[in-house]
Amino acid sequence: MNFPILSSLILLPTVGALFLFFSKDKEGNNSTAKYVALFTTIVNFLISIYLWISFDQSTSNFQFVEDRTWIEGFINYKVGVDGISILFIILTTFITPLCVISVNNSVKNRLRDFLIAILIMESFMIGVFCAIDLVVFYLFFEAGLIPMFLIIGIWGGPKRVYSAFKFFLYTLLGSVLMLVAIISIYWISGTTDVIQLYELGVDAKYQNLLWLAFFSSFAVKTPMWPVHTWLPDAHVEAPTAGSVLLAAILLKMAGYGFIRFSLGLFPVASEVFTPLIYTLSVIAIIFTSFIALMQEDMKKLIAYSSVAHMGFVTLGIFTLQQQGIEGSIIQMISHGLVSAALFLCVGVVYDRMHSRMINSYGGIVTIIPKYSILFMLFTLAALGLPGTSGFIGEFLILMGAFKDNFLVAVIASLGVILGAAYMLWLYKRVVFGKLVNEDLKKMFDLNRSEYLILSCLAVPTLFFGFYPDPLINTIEVSVTDLINMHNTNIASK
Amino acid sequence: MENLNLVLPEIFISLSIMFLLVLGVFKKNSSKITFNLSLFAILITAIITINETFSVSRETLFNESVVIDSMSSLMKIITLIGGFLVLVISSSYLKTFKIYNIEYPILILSSILGMMVMISSNDLIVFYMGLELQSLALYILATYNRDQLKSSEAGLKYFVLSALSSGLLLYGCSLVYGFSGSTNFNIISNQLNSNEYVLTFGIVFILVGLAFKISAVPFHMWAPDVYEGSPTTVTLFFTMVPKIAALTVFIRFLYVPFLNLIDQWQMIIIFLSIASMVFGAVAAIGQTNIKRLIAYSSIGHIGYTLSGLATASNEGIQSSIIYISIYVVMNLALFSCLLMLRRKEQYYEDIEDLSGLSKNHPLLSLCLLVILFSLAGIPPLAGFFAKFYVFKAVLEQSMFFLAIVGLLSTVVAAFYYLRIIKIIYFDKEKDKYDTDHSLWLKFSLTVSTILILLYFIFPSQLIEVVSRINII
Repeated sequence: MNFPILSSLILLPTVGALFLFFSKDKEGNNSTAKYVALFTTIVNFLISIYLWISFDQSTSNFQFVEDRTWIEGFINYKVGVDGISILFIILTTFITPLCVISVNNSVKNRLRDFLIAILIMESFMIGVFCAIDLVVFYLFFEAGLIPMFLIIGIWGGPKRVYSAFKFFLYTLLGSVLMLVAIISIYWISGTTDVIQLYELGVDAKYQNLLWLAFFSSFAVKTPMWPVHTWLPDAHVEAPTAGSVLLAAILLKMAGYGFIRFSLGLFPVASEVFTPLIYTLSVIAIIFTSFIALMQEDMKKLIAYSSVAHMGFVTLGIFTLQQQGIEGSIIQMISHGLVSAALFLCVGVVYDRMHSRMINSYGGIVTIIPKYSILFMLFTLAALGLPGTSGFIGEFLILMGAFKDNFLVAVIASLGVILGAAYMLWLYKRVVFGKLVNEDLKKMFDLNRSEYLILSCLAVPTLFFGFYPDPLINTIEVSVTDLINMHNTNIASK
Repeated sequence: MENLNLVLPEIFISLSIMFLLVLGVFKKNSSKITFNLSLFAILITAIITINETFSVSRETLFNESVVIDSMSSLMKIITLIGGFLVLVISSSYLKTFKIYNIEYPILILSSILGMMVMISSNDLIVFYMGLELQSLALYILATYNRDQLKSSEAGLKYFVLSALSSGLLLYGCSLVYGFSGSTNFNIISNQLNSNEYVLTFGIVFILVGLAFKISAVPFHMWAPDVYEGSPTTVTLFFTMVPKIAALTVFIRFLYVPFLNLIDQWQMIIIFLSIASMVFGAVAAIGQTNIKRLIAYSSIGHIGYTLSGLATASNEGIQSSIIYISIYVVMNLALFSCLLMLRRKEQYYEDIEDLSGLSKNHPLLSLCLLVILFSLAGIPPLAGFFAKFYVFKAVLEQSMFFLAIVGLLSTVVAAFYYLRIIKIIYFDKEKDKYDTDHSLWLKFSLTVSTILILLYFIFPSQLIEVVSRINII
C-alpha cells in the first residue's frame, strides 16, 4: 500500500482545524489563526497538485485507491479518484485558501471559529469527491451541512437565521430519500462499492425509483428549478467566503453526483428521465435568467445566474454525448472560478459601502479602476466570451445538445443571450454611468490581498479559456469510458 | 440444584439495598456514605454481571421463569452503567435543593433491581413483579422534590397513569394465561398459534401496557408532564434506564410468547412507531421548556427504536438495541449540559436560557452542538449511525413506507434541534453561568460527547457485541 494521499488530503484540514481549536490568540489579534489556516490550505493545494501531476490520464480506472474495512462485512472506507473527480478536488483545494485570505476583509468577529468551520468544510468537500462507496459519499455529503449552517447562521447578514434554516432543511429533505436509495441498493446488489456496482449494474426494474431518490437530493443541491429557492437566500445572507464556497464547490457536488451516480449506476433510468432533466434545465436557463435580469441586489443576481449556469450543466450531462459531459465538467470548473470571483467582487464593494444594492453604485470606474477591470473580466467570463473558460464549457454543452436534441439546444442558446444581457447590464449599472453618490468617492481600490485573490482567479479563467487541453485531457478517457459503459448497458437491456 | 451464580447480580443488589436501608436508618447524617456505597454496589454488580453471565449464551433458571442470555446480560450492563452515571452526577443537583438524602440512592437501586428482574424474566408473574418494583420506586423518585408543587404533581400523574397501564397489562396477561394455560413464555409460545379473537385482545392489552411504559404515541401523555415536573436528575433517569428495561421486555414479549402471532402485532408496532416518530417530531417544535422538549424528542426516538422491532428479524432487534444504546449516551450528554445551566444555586431549564451561550461558554456550546446534531441524525455523528442501522434493517424487509416516513420525520425533527442551535449560536448572550461543576459532571459530558463525535471511527465494536443477540 502506498502513501494514503487522498486520506491525507481529507484529514489535513481537520488536523489544521484541531490545531486552531487548541491554539490561543490574544484578544483581537488573530494572525496566528490566519497563518495556520492559510498554511494548511496551501499545503493541501500543493498535495492536490502533486496528485494531478502523478495522475495517469490514460486510464479511466480509479487511482490512488484506499480500501479499509470500516463496518465489518458491510461498508468499506473506500476512496479513489478518476479523471472526473480529480478536477473537483483541485478546484476545492484551490478555492479554500482564497477564502481564507478573503476573511481578512469581511469577517469581523470570531475569526478563529470561522476558519475552523471553513477547514472542516474543506475536509468534507474533498471527501465527497474522493468517496467511491455510496455510504461514505453520503456521509461526507450530509456532514457538510453542519459547518455551512453555522457559517451562514453565525456570520451571515440580517436574515441569516431564515436562510440557514432553509438551506439546511431543503438539503436534508432531499438527502434522506437518497439514503433510502443507498440502503436499498445495498439490499438489491449486495454492496455499496461504486466500482463493484459499475461492474454488476443495478437491476433495471428498480432503477427508476432509485434514480428519482438520488435526483431529489441532487436537484436540491444543484439547485434545479423549482427547488432552487434556497440558493438566493443562502447566498445573499452568507458572508463572502461562505457564498464563495457555496457557489464554487457545494453546487458542484450535485453535478458530480449526477455524473458519477445517476449516469453511472442507473443508465436505463437516465434515458427514461432525460426529457425531465431537459425540461427543468431549459426552464432553469430561461426562467432564472429573466429573474436575474430583474434583481436589485447584486448577490441575488449572481445567485440566480448560478442557477442558470447549473441548468447548462445538467443539460450537458444528460445529453449523454462526449462533448456534453466534458462541457459540463469544464463549465462546472469554470463556474467555480468565475462565480467565486464574482462573489468576491461583490464582497469588495460591500466591505467598503455596506450595500449590495445595484442602485447605490454607479460610475465607480474612475474611482477604482483596477477593480473595474477585473470585474469586467469576470463578467465577460460569466457570459461566456470566447477566450474565457466560460466559453469552452457552454460551447461544448451546446454542441452536445445539438447532437441530441435540436429544439432544446436552440432554446438553451437563447439563454446565452439572456446571460449576456443580465451580466452586462449589471456591469453597466454598477461601474459606468454617473456617480450616484458622493460617498462612493471615498472608496479605495483593491488592497493587496483582494488583488491577489482576484488575480489568482483570473489567471486560470483566461488560461483555460485559451488552452483547455489540460482539463480535457484529464477527463477525456474517463468520460469516454463512462459513455461506453452507459451504451453497453443500454444495449444489453 | 440451580446455578445461583447466574442470578448473583440480583442477589447482591438486593442485599446491598437491605444493608443500606439499615445503615441509613441507624447512622445519622449518612447520606454521603450511602451515596458512595450504592455507587460501589452498582459497580460490583456490574462486574459480577460481566463475569458471571456475559459468556452465557442461554440458560434458564427456576422452572424456566428466569432466562439469562446475551440480550439480558447486555441490557443489564447498560442499565447498571446508566444508573451509576445518573447517581454520580446527581449529587450536586440534589444538594442545591436540599434533598440529598439516603432515600435517593436506595430508590434508584431498587428500581434497578426491578429492571434487572424484568430484563431476565421469562414468565408473566416474574415480569410483573419486576415491573411493579421498578414502578413503585419511580413514583417516589418523581415526587422526590416534595416541596415543589410540580414535582408532586408529576409523581401523582405518573402514579395514576402508570397504575392504569399496569392494570391493562395485567388484564392482557390474564387473557393470555386463559388461552395458553401457563405463565411461562416458552409454553405460551407453543400454545398460541390460533387466530382466536379474544387472544388478539390479550395481546393488544399487553402491548398497550408496554407502550405506556416506553411512552409510545398514543400512550405518551404522561411523559411531558412527568419529565418536566420531576427533578432533572430523575428525568435523566426516566429517559434512559426504564426505557432500556421496557424495551427488552417488549422484545421478549414480541419474539418469545407472541412469535407465532406476528401478523397480529406487526401492524400495531408499525402504527406505534410511525405515530411516535411523527408526533414526537411535530409536537416538540412548539416547546419552550428543555425538559418537555426532551420528552417529545424521546417519544420520537422511541418511534425509531420500535421501527426496528417491527421488522420481525434479528437484524431489526439488534438495530433497536444499538439505537437505544446510542440514545442513552446522547441523552446522558444532553442532561449533563442541562445540569450545567446553573447560576447562583438556581437551575435553568428554558430554551431561552441557552440564548447566546456560545459567547460565554464556547466549550459547553460546542458539546451541545455535537449532541444536538447527533440527536437530529446528521452524519458523521453517532446518532446518524443509530438511524442508519434501523433503516437498514427496515429496508431489508422492504418496508419502504415506514422507512420513508421515519426519514421524513427526521427532517421535521431536525428543525427543532436546529432551533436550539440557533438560540445557542445566533442569538444575543445572557449572563454567565457558574462553571464550578463537579468533576463527575464534566467527566460524563466529555466522555459522552467524545463517544458521539468519534463513534464513526470504530463503528464495528458495538455491532459486534450486539450481533451475539439472536432471539428468533
